[in-house]
Amino acid sequence: MPSPAAPLKNNIASDIAAQALWIRRRSFQMVYEAQQGHPGGDFSATDILATLYFGVMRYDPKNPTDPKRDRFVMSKGHCTGAFYSVLARAGYFPEADLTTYMEPLSKLNGHPNRNYLPGVETNTGPLGHGLPVALGIAIAGQIDNADFRTFVLTGDGELQEGSNWEAALTGGHRKLENLTLIIDRNRLQQGARTEETASLDPLDDKWRAFGWHVEVVDGHDHAQLLKVLSASPKGRGKPLCVIANTFKGKGVSFMHDNVAWHHGVPTKEQYEQAMRELV
Amino acid sequence: MSAAAPSKAGLFDCRDSFAATIEALAESDSRIVTVVSDSVGSSKLGGFKKKFPERMVNVGIAEQTLVAVGAGLANGGKVPFVSAASCFITGRALEQVKADIAYSNVNVKLIGQSSGVAYGELGPTHHSIEDLAWLRLFNNLKLIVPADPWQTAEAIKAAAAYDGPVFVRVSRMAVPALDRPAGATFEIGKAETLVEGSDATIIANGTMVHRAVAAAKTLAAEGISARVVNMATVNPLDEAVIAAAAETGAIITVEEHSVRGGLGGAVAEVVISTNPVPMRILGFPGFVPTGSAAWLFDNFGLNETGIADAVRQTIARKR
Ligand SMILES: Cc1ncc(C[n+]2csc(CCOP(=O)(O)OP(=O)(O)O)c2C)c(N)n1
Ligand SMILES: [Mg+2]
Repeated sequence: MPSPAAPLKNNIASDIAAQALWIRRRSFQMVYEAQQGHPGGDFSATDILATLYFGVMRYDPKNPTDPKRDRFVMSKGHCTGAFYSVLARAGYFPEADLTTYMEPLSKLNGHPNRNYLPGVETNTGPLGHGLPVALGIAIAGQIDNADFRTFVLTGDGELQEGSNWEAALTGGHRKLENLTLIIDRNRLQQGARTEETASLDPLDDKWRAFGWHVEVVDGHDHAQLLKVLSASPKGRGKPLCVIANTFKGKGVSFMHDNVAWHHGVPTKEQYEQAMRELV
Repeated sequence: MSAAAPSKAGLFDCRDSFAATIEALAESDSRIVTVVSDSVGSSKLGGFKKKFPERMVNVGIAEQTLVAVGAGLANGGKVPFVSAASCFITGRALEQVKADIAYSNVNVKLIGQSSGVAYGELGPTHHSIEDLAWLRLFNNLKLIVPADPWQTAEAIKAAAAYDGPVFVRVSRMAVPALDRPAGATFEIGKAETLVEGSDATIIANGTMVHRAVAAAKTLAAEGISARVVNMATVNPLDEAVIAAAAETGAIITVEEHSVRGGLGGAVAEVVISTNPVPMRILGFPGFVPTGSAAWLFDNFGLNETGIADAVRQTIARKR
């Protein structure tokens, strides 16, 4: 990606689609080879990640701590298949490193570690940490009147953690327009549907009530994602919450909207079937 | 004893014993409820949920509320077994454990599942190798680390029978059933001596006990007589057994936990104040690198060889 000031040349949905396909295939290969991971949530988040990294965010993988970079916090840290794939694809580390996923001494731990990998802003894995940390990053930007934006991706089940709502209060209170929360609204958590566990709806009204500007999009539609995420936050006077309606396991028929694939791992036959579908 | 079917080659996942025991107890005690945080499957409580759907409270992914709701249920006359991954029920909800459970001294049972490094490759956020150090600070919270399926079942029964706060640290790592004399019993605060010995004492708990027994066998073949104590209760400690251990002149502790502040630290506090002898604390040094649980055990000497080496080295330091 170009340095922050340069114009984006690849912010077109068709290119994002190609990147997303690559990420789905590569992350599923990682999960298959490691026989571990969270492929359902990898797939629900893939289009969001591809849109952010290949259409929205300004960053330079060769200068990963550039103070001017846009920040991305992967709060749903269990979905490292997709996250590591997008980071490698964006140029933060060699794609060949993806083969070490979860191996002894690998930098590609099951949950992301900023001390191992460039491009990881904060270590996640316990749910409900990303938004409060992103809030702090955004406040630092607000204090400095800096230009960078901060994006954070959470799960939806994850929103049951109260820490999110504490951060929501302060984000709204401080009118942090440089902060964008994206919710991967796949309606499934680890063991069941969110609405059968501790229901979240009406989710948009909740965020509005906390002082956030809310956009609801199809989280697999790159054009919709691109539109709401790349719109300038200047003058909005509120943090942005994008509710991205998605499906767990999106892209593979037998995984689609199926809670068993939260941390299910494929057999050889399932892997091959998935690869035939992901084209 | 609640039987749990062996998984492979006579090895057990102690969560199965927990689940079978709590289901059996709930049949006869209608006050028993379970509380989970999207942790039904990881706690093996699917069967309980089926049998007693109205006696399971799932608060969603919200561990602070999970623990606090336990305190509230106890106030309402229930006997709650609050169950989630050990890393989250302790670390995430530590102040609730302190203020709502321990300091308030309520009749709540906390079950820390998949403790230690069971989550291997998922890394230090999901490892629970700090839990004993954190919880040991709450003086009235009983801490039990069972070593095998029988002891897990007994610990759950003892926790239910005791009126007050208890934490039971359950493992999902495959462990064998330990050999015990017929008529063995479990009591909170009482250690069991599994192997007699006079040259040194290995004090272990949880998944490390069977490894300590294996190490003692290796050492016996070289003429070293190592006692093996299963210190399943970390709070309160069995101080009489520790005093006897000090008489062997060397103590080696082994735990699936950090070397800071867990079983080793607890034993050392007693030893240093009574009869100081050379000690060695085996465990993890802190945050560990990426790796499977098996790889981590081997890499940090938490196996038969590593324990036997530590015993030889500690005996060499005897005065
Ligand atoms: C604090 C905490 N509690 C529990 C877990 C275990 N856990 C990992 S993923 C998950 C479900 C997450 O559901 P959601 O946020 O909807 O994520 P997605 O559907 O996108 O995978 C749970 C309970 C955790 N990682 N952190
Ligand atoms: Mg979800």
